[in-house]
Formats: sequence, C-alpha cells, structure tokens
Amino acid sequence: MARALIHMPATARQGETIEIRALIGHAMETGHRPGADGKVVARDIIRTFACSYNGATVFDAALHPAISANPYIAFFTVATESGTLEFTWRGDNGFAQTERMPITVSAA
Amino acid sequence: MRGAGLFAVLAALGAGMALADAGDGGERADTRQSGTAFIGESTRAMQRDDTQNPAMLWVAGGAALWNTRAGKRDMSCAGCHGDAAASMRGVAARFPAFDKASGKVVNLGQRIEMCRVGKQQAAPLAPESEALLSLEAHVALQSRGMPVAPPRDAGTLAAAEKGRQLYGQRIGQLNMSCAQCHDANWGGKLSGATIPQAHAAAYPIYRLEWQAMGSLQRRLRNCMTGVRAAAPPFGAQELVELEAYLAARDRDMPLETPGVRP
Repeated sequence: MARALIHMPATARQGETIEIRALIGHAMETGHRPGADGKVVARDIIRTFACSYNGATVFDAALHPAISANPYIAFFTVATESGTLEFTWRGDNGFAQTERMPITVSAA
Repeated sequence: MRGAGLFAVLAALGAGMALADAGDGGERADTRQSGTAFIGESTRAMQRDDTQNPAMLWVAGGAALWNTRAGKRDMSCAGCHGDAAASMRGVAARFPAFDKASGKVVNLGQRIEMCRVGKQQAAPLAPESEALLSLEAHVALQSRGMPVAPPRDAGTLAAAEKGRQLYGQRIGQLNMSCAQCHDANWGGKLSGATIPQAHAAAYPIYRLEWQAMGSLQRRLRNCMTGVRAAAPPFGAQELVELEAYLAARDRDMPLETPGVRP
C-alpha cells in the first residue's frame, strides 16, 4: 500500500484557486477499541497535517480519534508562484511522512 | 381455471429458463444491476473519482510491487509481463478460470500466488494480506470498464455449476441460502443496508466498515458468518466455486474494480 497520494494541478495561472487532495494510508487506531485479547488497543493516530507552499504554511489541521483510517483531506489554496508544496503528517509513535509536489505558475 | 393459471405460470417459467439457457440476455432486457447501484450517492462518488477512492492507495502499492524483484530468481512481475497496462488488460475479467496444471479453478489472487511461488520462487503472500490485495487491485484496475468474460471451458463451467448449487443451498443456524436474499429479496433492507443483487464485479473493494481493502472471499465469509454458518477458510475450493458462479452471473457486465462499499 502506498503511503500517500496527492492530487493537485501541476500548472496553474497566478491568482488561480487550486484544489489539493491528500490521501494517506494510516490505521488511525482510536485507543478505545478492545483487541482480540480483550485489552484496549493503544491509540495510534495522525495528530497533525500541514501543507506549506514555498516554506509558508497555507493549510494545517489537527486530527482526532474519531477520524477514519486512511484520512482524506481536500483543501484549496491560491497559486502565487512556482515552487514546491510540502505536505507533512505527524502522529503517535513517531509517525512522520513528508511528500513534495512541484507546481509551475504562469502569469495571469 | 386454477389449473390453466398454473400452466401459464409454468409455461412462463419454462420460457424464462429457455432464454436463460440461451445465454447472455439476448432478447430479454438485462435487469441486472451492479452493487454500485445499491450504495449511497456519496459512496458512489468516492468510487467514481480516483482522487477520492481510498482503494487507490492499494492500487499504487500494487504498482510498486509489480516492479519489485522477489524470490530466489530475483524477478519482478514486470520482468516477465512488462507494463501491466498492456499485458494485464482484460486479464482480471477472465477469472476465476480453470487451471490445467493444478486441475482446479483458481481466482485472480491464487493465480498471482502461482506466479509468485512457481516463477519467482518466493514465499507465498498470505491470503487477504495487504501485498496480495494490492497486486490484485493493480491487475484488476487494468480491466476496468471491460466486460466480465469468464472462460467457457468445461472445468470453469463445472466449477460455476457447483458454485450455483452452493448459492442456492441453505446453510447455517439461520438456514438461509445466498439466493434467498440476493435473488428473492434484493432491494430490500437488512439491518439498514440495502441488499444488492450479488454482482461482484468491483472486487477487491475498499469497504468503509472494514476501513481497508478486502477480497470477494472476505465478503462471502462475512455473509456466511451472518447466517451463522461455519465459513470455509480463505482459498477454500467452495469459495472459489462461488466466485466462479458469480463471475458467470456477471458475464458482460463492466468490471468496476476498485469498488467502494459502505
């Protein structure tokens, strides 16, 4: 299973609003469920997600136990300049995943 | 009067059976509906859009495994089969199929395992493992939209016939057959969920309840547990025969893998 899939346009016009869809494979174990042995399974969730556009944070989110496995986050941002978007997920047990996507922005 | 009515019913049944025997619809309108017709609009939207479909995580994983060398012979799937988009096109639509070497009908996952163990000489992947489901999903995606076309050789047809009998056989403490829900009561409700027609051309699926990908056998075992029958283990021949029958029922319907189900 791939760790993460990100869908966004590779090119955009300056000032254009673009949609970004980020999907990551993660069990999002709530910490409330009993396992097969009857003991509660320790919590293991993604705590934060952030997207930075050439170093500036354009979107971030805090995730909680009620969010399903393999969380899907869609959001919008404005294409300002060519560069790289960096997506970071961080969670319990030292979970960290970073993906980078390039974008080419042409003059409006 | 009553006798004449009964005769008319029997004649109509006979005509229906004759048409069914004639094969794949023909003059009769095709009233079959994919499982996708019975799910909610939001779930359908998830399946329709690859950028929203969580199963694409497994498909992408399968694409990576396709190119990963494994086993004693240090070969990848791509080493023999090349680009899956070309070589695997239409393959998933032709399974389950009779395998001459082993003398039994095998499903797509088992066929992948045969390559893995026989050709790559690698350790088999566990049934229902993430790796096997990923490869299955990746291979099946190459046939998406193509008509289901299980082979018509004697071995496959015999397995499908056994599967048809299992489908109609009452099992479990609830003493129910597949047909009682999926033929006689499709469209009805079973604890809040709509009963579909048992057309299984979208497997492996991402099921929201499982929060993961699962095979058709997992779904079949689920139903068997539901009627309080002892479910056969993964890979059991009767499960493959049921799969063969379901593929025959689905003939000419488009393959929809990877499906999303509630």
